[in-house]
Amino acid sequence: MTRTGLRVEGLRAAYGGEPVLHGVSFDVEPGEILGLVGESGCGKSTLGYLLAGEIAPGGQVLGGRIELDGADVLGLDPRALRRWRSREVGIVHQEAAASLDPTMTVGAQVRTALVNSGAPRSASEESALGLLRRVHLPDAETLARRYPHQLSGGQQQRVVIACALAGNPRLLVLDEPTTGLDASVQREILTLILELRAELAAAVVLISHDLGLVGQVCDRVGVLYAGRLVELGHTQVLDAPAHPYTAALLASHPRLGEPRTVRRLTAIPGQAPGPGYTVGCAFAPRCPLATAACAATEPGLDPVGQQRLVRCHFPLDGASATPVPARPAQPADTQAEPVLLEVRGLVRRYGRTVAVDHVDLAIGRGEVIGLVGESGSGKTTLARALVGLCARGKGELRFQGGELHPRLERRAPAVRRQIQMVFQSPDTSLNPQHRVRRILGRALHTLRARRVGVAELAERIGLGADVLDSRPGQLSGGQKQRVAIGRGLAGEPALVVCDEPVSALDVSVQAGVLELLAAQRDEHGTAYLFISHDLAVVGYLADRVVVMYRGAILEDGPSAAVLAGPHHPYTASLIAASTGQPRRRPARRHTAIGTAGCRFAPVCDYAVPGTCDREPPPRREPHLGHHVDCVLQVGELPLWPHSSANPIPLSANQNRGAS
Amino acid sequence: MSAGVDGQTGTRPAAAVGTERLAGLARGARRDVVAAVAGAVVAVWVVAAVVGWRVLTPRDPALQAPSDRFARPGPEHWLGADQFGRDVLARVLAGARPVLVVAPLATVLAVIVGTVIGLSAAGLGGWYDGLVMRVLDAVTVFPSIIAATLFAALVGRSRLVLILVIAATFVPIVARSVRAATLVECAKPYVEAARLRGEPTWSLLVRELLPNVRGTVLVEATSRLGDAVFAAATLSFLGLGEPPGSPEWGATVSENRVWLTVAPWTLLAPALAIASLVIAVALLADAVRRRIDA
Repeated sequence: MTRTGLRVEGLRAAYGGEPVLHGVSFDVEPGEILGLVGESGCGKSTLGYLLAGEIAPGGQVLGGRIELDGADVLGLDPRALRRWRSREVGIVHQEAAASLDPTMTVGAQVRTALVNSGAPRSASEESALGLLRRVHLPDAETLARRYPHQLSGGQQQRVVIACALAGNPRLLVLDEPTTGLDASVQREILTLILELRAELAAAVVLISHDLGLVGQVCDRVGVLYAGRLVELGHTQVLDAPAHPYTAALLASHPRLGEPRTVRRLTAIPGQAPGPGYTVGCAFAPRCPLATAACAATEPGLDPVGQQRLVRCHFPLDGASATPVPARPAQPADTQAEPVLLEVRGLVRRYGRTVAVDHVDLAIGRGEVIGLVGESGSGKTTLARALVGLCARGKGELRFQGGELHPRLERRAPAVRRQIQMVFQSPDTSLNPQHRVRRILGRALHTLRARRVGVAELAERIGLGADVLDSRPGQLSGGQKQRVAIGRGLAGEPALVVCDEPVSALDVSVQAGVLELLAAQRDEHGTAYLFISHDLAVVGYLADRVVVMYRGAILEDGPSAAVLAGPHHPYTASLIAASTGQPRRRPARRHTAIGTAGCRFAPVCDYAVPGTCDREPPPRREPHLGHHVDCVLQVGELPLWPHSSANPIPLSANQNRGAS
Repeated sequence: MSAGVDGQTGTRPAAAVGTERLAGLARGARRDVVAAVAGAVVAVWVVAAVVGWRVLTPRDPALQAPSDRFARPGPEHWLGADQFGRDVLARVLAGARPVLVVAPLATVLAVIVGTVIGLSAAGLGGWYDGLVMRVLDAVTVFPSIIAATLFAALVGRSRLVLILVIAATFVPIVARSVRAATLVECAKPYVEAARLRGEPTWSLLVRELLPNVRGTVLVEATSRLGDAVFAAATLSFLGLGEPPGSPEWGATVSENRVWLTVAPWTLLAPALAIASLVIAVALLADAVRRRIDA
């Protein structure tokens, strides 16, 4: 069979008669990684499934061809398709835990995948272990006997990748393979994908909403919008976009080292169109450059420059071409503010697990504190302790100079109103049975802010009066989060704790929500404790950054200082992870926290044996008000090579080695 | 099935899509027919209970006619006559009223009390939750028939006693499901958001939680109704219903069971009446549950 790779030609598909893919065409050569990016609902996942010859019930292929190494995939009968799928294609879905059978050991699952792909039963035991080793799982023999729930999220994803590799596939489809994983685990998976690409010589399609990830890993990028490819070309597309949609997407994407004072994010106005036919360019209603011609005829996917296709009547040309003018930067307000909330020696446990271990924290009036750390670092527990939802444990809380009771119910109503919270998922934080008018109305009523009307509050959070009579289920993700923020802001609180408020939102929507939060701070002097696992988001908004690791604060200081360094080795690894420098960290396992010593020591690249694991790290102060708990001298602490004036390019291909 | 793609035209064979859709429609229609028949059966008994036997049959269910003793079903007595020559059809129709008064009232009472208990137990939690649930456990383990007999012996038998006894046995069941549903809702952040803004407890329960467990309450109400019909018939069979001579179905079955071989119609008619109502109500409950789940 000839190895020509994947060819997709004019693929059209529909759900219930409403088209979701409008003639998508692209090629992926063996050994090449194509990234597909776009907002949710643009047809990414439908396309991903179709590449494996699969369409969800109710879906229909209207036309087009998918060819893998010359074989017509859509023309196969069900039996042949099943055989083809087991031998030629590997698919990795977003939720690793959901792709694995909880009742089968990991080894048995990999063996099943091997046998299905045609390997002899006798050989499969040894080959299964080989596959597990190939995805860099430590101690494959022991691991093969474990069940999926006994593995970490990153390990589960590796097992899924091992299963996908079982048949030496010619096509590997990765559908959001790292979403929901920690930055450092994400980086490990990325590194793995890059390594495997070199070995496999398979065509790889990586579907993601994460522009940074795609820029770091892929050779070429396709931008999907409303079921159409609007731009296709080398990864440099992301540094010099030619389509206004790509440009707008990038303008809404926060980058590490670019705080709000340097570059304002701009949300894309309006909403992406749903399934269905449209006249003219699908992006025209939201495009700042649209003319009458755009609304009348749909542009074709035409070549622009070298090996680059753009679906636009008026493609942008230069690297600096940003259709939306960047707003003027404002000088940072670095004045020390009086302390609003102070935490001393806070301890919170769940059973025998110490979630928050002797944490000290001070939040100034009108200050935005960014709290970062991987999942399980105690960020959320700390946030819940501050608002009074997690009261059991030692520690002192002070608010506006007075003592703050740890239990919410024991706090005076006036104090309670001053501290509000915005939750991560707006789907569950809004009562599904209440209309927006009631949600905001109850907040205004209970928070005693009756001089402001519901309509006025809605306007403040950028919602029209027309959504007031909708229930949360009828709103988009961004609108829901705006309602949740409006509810928190109703009583003019002094402090709002935001627990991952944008992590469930699309990039284009996320920018709008971040701007809303920033505007409220500017106008009303609201302080935020802003929790996120995304350093770029935190760096965009926060005045100060606090880095947490396994229940303790390792570093605390002004955002720019923390990001630029000298900073803690853990912060350095977080930055490396989110800028995607593919570097495999030795797969060392976390050991139990000792009572003494630095808790990051077991996995730290800079650890001094015999010191770090025995003695508590001393506090260094590289800058005024910037503390780092590390044994290293200030001069020895790691630095981030990129200055904020020179943010790293999104496409990391040109400076990446063969790794 | 998902991969049924035609190579030539690139579309799924229209026939396959068609049969799939037809099968789905047929399934839906069959359910609709079942629900409609069940609804009709319930409607017949409700009409009988509301307008009374007087309108539907010319005979008085209590009128004794010694000459018609054990008359077979025929033009004179459509469903025959019993040992006292009373018309069986008239008695069955008259028997609809007591059961359709007792069962719905007992259900409504059980659902209201159970919902209040379940909602508050889950919402308030702590020692209150523990105490309430242990009390309900105690009520559940006590055999309801013995309780009913005791109760009737102490207070005397009446329709009110019947309603109270049936409601009391159902309260723990309703309370437990509502509590479980409320606990699920309590874990959601919208409840915490309400606490953060200082909603009073009653408002938290009534405004925030109750609308979100409404589905569970409705499903409980419809499921309990069928059980209540059955319970009412059972207790009346055991002689815990209305005073003797009443045309209650359970009591009629009990009264005529010695004549089973002589005049089976005296027994079969009320027994089938009970069965038809219980099954019809259960099928309607299924339809309601499907509606809520969909």
